[in-house]
Amino acid sequence: MINILLAIISTIGALSILFASIGILRMPDFYLRLSVTVKASTLGVGLLLICASIMFPDVSVTTKAIAIVFFLIITAPIGAHMIGRAAYFTGTPLWKGTIVDQLAGMYNKETHELESDPSQVPPSEELNEEENIARTEDETD
Amino acid sequence: MTLESYFDFFILPVLTISVILVFIRLYKGPTVVDRVVALDLIITIGIGIITVYSIRSNQKVFLDVAIILALIAFLGTIAFAYYIEQRKDD
Repeated sequence: MINILLAIISTIGALSILFASIGILRMPDFYLRLSVTVKASTLGVGLLLICASIMFPDVSVTTKAIAIVFFLIITAPIGAHMIGRAAYFTGTPLWKGTIVDQLAGMYNKETHELESDPSQVPPSEELNEEENIARTEDETD
Repeated sequence: MTLESYFDFFILPVLTISVILVFIRLYKGPTVVDRVVALDLIITIGIGIITVYSIRSNQKVFLDVAIILALIAFLGTIAFAYYIEQRKDD
């Protein structure tokens, strides 16, 4: 009975990791790749670690598994936010099917601060974010 | 089919195929941030592979390596993001 439960948990974990890797290969631009990757991989590794903590009848393994899952759940969104912010500043093109870019014109290019009112931001001579959207498939693939 | 052979013949091959697919993105990746995310995902899948391997070889000390790898992946992503953001146009 416990074997069936372990098989189900590990299967869901491995398949979600596989979906994350298919997503990072197939998604059209960087931001979609980022959003599909972080959540699915955290879920998959967390389920595999739960499987390990059920498998070993030992308190130390359970403690380590809980520590790793806790650390992953805390740090994965922070890392994803920072790398997405860096990508937006360096002008990574958005997908050509992007409908709205709510950050367009909100960032101060000099101080890297986020303003809530676009009129407060001094106009920069660098690229306008409205023109940041890719026009062809080749620019994002 | 026992659970051990299920781990050997289904879970580990699926994780291996995942690493290969992510490595294609690490090789292609048009921008450097794509490569950073792909590297982070490879290390995260490595934690999963270490976990399954520690189950199969019945060695629980391998989970310590997984803790260190999770720490290194986080610090690497933060450092890459900081320096990419501070970098001037070259």
